[in-house]
Amino acid sequence: MSEPLHRQLGLKDDEQERIVATLGREPNRAELAMYSVMWSEHCSYKSSKIHLKTLPTEGPAVLVGPGEDAGAVDIGDGDAVVFKMESHSHPSAIEPYQGAATGVGGIVRDIISMGARPVALLDPLMFGPLTEPRNRWLFEGVVAGIGGYGNCIGVPTVGGEIRFAEAHSSNPCVNVMCVGLAKADELVTSQSLTPHVGSFMVLYGAATGRDGIGGVSVLASATLEEGADESRPSVQIGDPFAEKLLIEASLELIREGLLEGLQDLGGAGICCALSESAARAGMGAEVDLDVVPLREADMEPFEILTSESQERMLAIVHPSKLAAVEALCARWGLHTAVIATLVEGGTLTIRHAGEVVAEVPARSLADDGPEYDRPMTAPARIEDGGDPALTPFEGDLNDALRTVLAAPGIASKRWVWRQYDRIVQGNTVAGPDSDAAVIRVPGTLKGVVASSDGKGRYGRLDPYLGAMHAVAESARNVAVTGAEPLAITNCLNFGNPERPEVMWQFAESIRGMRDACSGLATPVTGGNVSFYNESGGSAIDPTPVVGMLGLLRDYRLRVPSAFPQAGLAVYLLGETAAELGGSEFAEAVLGQVSGMPPALDLSKERALLDLLVAAVGDTLLASAHDCGDGGVAVALAECAIGTGHGFAVSIPTDLPPHVALFSESASRAVVSVSPIDEEAFRALAAAYRVPCARIGETGGPRAVIDAAIDIPVARLAEIWETTIPRLLGEAV
Amino acid sequence: MNDTPRVGVVTFPGSLDDRDALHAIAAMGGTGVALWHADHDLRGVDAVVLPGGFSYGDYLRCGAIAARAPLMAEIRSFAERGAPVLGICNGFQILCEAGLLPGALIRNASLRFVCEDVWLRVETSQTCVTAGLTPGETIEVPVKHGEGQWVATSEELERVEGDGLVVFRYAAEDGQLGDAFNPNGATNRIAGVRNAAGNVVGLMPHPEHAVDPDVGPTGGQPLFGALFAAAMSGATA
Repeated sequence: MSEPLHRQLGLKDDEQERIVATLGREPNRAELAMYSVMWSEHCSYKSSKIHLKTLPTEGPAVLVGPGEDAGAVDIGDGDAVVFKMESHSHPSAIEPYQGAATGVGGIVRDIISMGARPVALLDPLMFGPLTEPRNRWLFEGVVAGIGGYGNCIGVPTVGGEIRFAEAHSSNPCVNVMCVGLAKADELVTSQSLTPHVGSFMVLYGAATGRDGIGGVSVLASATLEEGADESRPSVQIGDPFAEKLLIEASLELIREGLLEGLQDLGGAGICCALSESAARAGMGAEVDLDVVPLREADMEPFEILTSESQERMLAIVHPSKLAAVEALCARWGLHTAVIATLVEGGTLTIRHAGEVVAEVPARSLADDGPEYDRPMTAPARIEDGGDPALTPFEGDLNDALRTVLAAPGIASKRWVWRQYDRIVQGNTVAGPDSDAAVIRVPGTLKGVVASSDGKGRYGRLDPYLGAMHAVAESARNVAVTGAEPLAITNCLNFGNPERPEVMWQFAESIRGMRDACSGLATPVTGGNVSFYNESGGSAIDPTPVVGMLGLLRDYRLRVPSAFPQAGLAVYLLGETAAELGGSEFAEAVLGQVSGMPPALDLSKERALLDLLVAAVGDTLLASAHDCGDGGVAVALAECAIGTGHGFAVSIPTDLPPHVALFSESASRAVVSVSPIDEEAFRALAAAYRVPCARIGETGGPRAVIDAAIDIPVARLAEIWETTIPRLLGEAV
Repeated sequence: MNDTPRVGVVTFPGSLDDRDALHAIAAMGGTGVALWHADHDLRGVDAVVLPGGFSYGDYLRCGAIAARAPLMAEIRSFAERGAPVLGICNGFQILCEAGLLPGALIRNASLRFVCEDVWLRVETSQTCVTAGLTPGETIEVPVKHGEGQWVATSEELERVEGDGLVVFRYAAEDGQLGDAFNPNGATNRIAGVRNAAGNVVGLMPHPEHAVDPDVGPTGGQPLFGALFAAAMSGATA
């Protein structure tokens, strides 16, 4: 253990030199601990910033872009939607229940600190195959943790997605998105409130303990290797009851106009909240650690500063409002402590037991962290199986459809979302069994629509296209409900950025996201980067997950994804090409993840989105479903499984049948239309220049596609519903 | 004189469906009145709803701490006067912990939280929430709980069944009983019970999430209708 302290804390030698240059002296232990967490990859975005700057962040609907605790968009009538996504993958890999639970808690506090009431949660998750006992333990633990926390704070969990790949066996990814509602003129941002010199920094919520010390630097900013289980003490422990009290108390504090600033405590704990709040105010602070309520009296200063104990917030309060703040928090049973006073200048002076234990410029911690332009190398193109569309397939297509429907990534996730409270707050118009969640804005007819999407397989084959598809698919999932896609948040899940191949994947993904977001006019309002998702030199597939937000002007117009009745015309929108690269079929049936992901033409995607929104607005659609994973065969099967209404269709094509059925060509949807609306719908599709093929009708108990597929819908439903429970060893 | 019933909804720290219950009461034409656990004041309400949630985090037994909250003393005497009291989910657990209803709620047999729409078979019309319904009738209402398995000692169970204190059982849409329709393993598929007088009812399912067809089933509507009628008759008595 002769390693110098800065390296033990995760700081590089040049970063240590930078600290010495900033302070003009050697940092002491507490100061070093502060820089190590604030300059960690997790907090400083030092490897990603240079790329993130290139993303489009402006648009007519954007109220708050990147840089605040969460992004916000305008949905009219003075209403704002606040939303953000984050990862909690590393803690979840070590302790799945608490890791996932505190991930929920953290993102909810981001929304609260914007002054918004959290109204929905979505959870994009990635695991290794459930055939492995350890993966089942992680999966069940994460799901239980999300439910255990989310169900207890009164925020419905309404969506997300779950994907499986071998690389996630050692690196499960747990992303969490939260959506909140506020009045636009009541949003809490660094511009909206003005802190004064002499105002207090009030810590409220839970007491500070030894949990999660160094979580951001030790856990989140390094790869998980052998012995990672020993980092378990770096995982935080959640108390959802305290979080519920924090939600109510914080919203009341804002409503009563008692605050000059508000920030949640997450990664890097008090150190981060103090330095960011002070830096944002352009001031310094005199800090007294002796008044911080502690769970263990003998905590060292650096532990108090960097503890990631959950369920805490930091408010800036004018002295004249302090008594009211204390009374309000006491009513909710929350501790308060005046831990600091804002002062002129920019220095944080931190005292403990009467001694100054740290004296550093707030900005140097919060804003002046290192920024790297890390080397990038395109990896040599792996000689894989080539284009799967060229692989001969002689098998039975009914068997192939059954196999693809039983692929865990495709199969029903009911086992998971049945454990989530999806209805609390009483505004869930559509939940996890819909392509996108629809949440009613109380007191209005507006629906906030949210979807999260990201597909590692596409990213592996081509990170640029993979990111584009994540944006396009999430937009399509929002649009099939009838909502106009407005803006995105993201969670960028990658391996070790110090490896040039990973950095290249990241840069390519950002380029893809930039192009797609520009092309679809859905700017980026913020998000999160999760690096170091690798172990033993093997990284996860580059997986940018997109959280798309849309607006439905009248939630009652929302169109379901499944066929609502018999006797409807079924249309396939868009064009189908021979695109099986990275498809579910290629993986599940051919055992191949190879070739290139489908091409994506953003103008065609835009046309499809516009058509869907217009058609729903004109009430021409009876149902609409994204045609993506598993191709048109799976899309049709899902439309039938949802309600039990079968179909008979014929797909006009020159492609071999298996390619036509399972190709994942982009910019497509399956819709059903009432006969009286067909003419109007076809005219509308022509006006938007979207290819529109009438392929058959709904009705009957069977799923029939040409001569290729003929299976009872009940059988498809059974396969689709029982896959996950079976893998978990449950009687079905 | 009120022409609409004033129905109080108690907020404990950790209550989650309190606002939802107030919305449902308003949507059904009643006047919702927010009540605070730490007060000793029922604000002149005609009926009380104890809502769902995780009062005090439910870190002890569910409802155990809330059953000892200051306002519960007022609610106890309110109930003893024959006024209508409805406990939903956590509110049901609180009423059992307070000794106002028989039995107890333990973890679901699956050991997992469950959220889904279920059908309930009405077993008696002799209560403040089922007065307008016919025994054997079914209603659709969601459940969402981790500790909803109703249990009782054998003597208590005998009394509950013998005295007709079962208000709702989990069932199929047509009223048929079977384990497949029991979401939590509750004894005798019991979803809700009443006190001897019928003015205190508790159930695990959430009628407040079953009044608005835009966001769920509508099986809760008749329950609020009956509760309002009971509240008004109590108010004029």
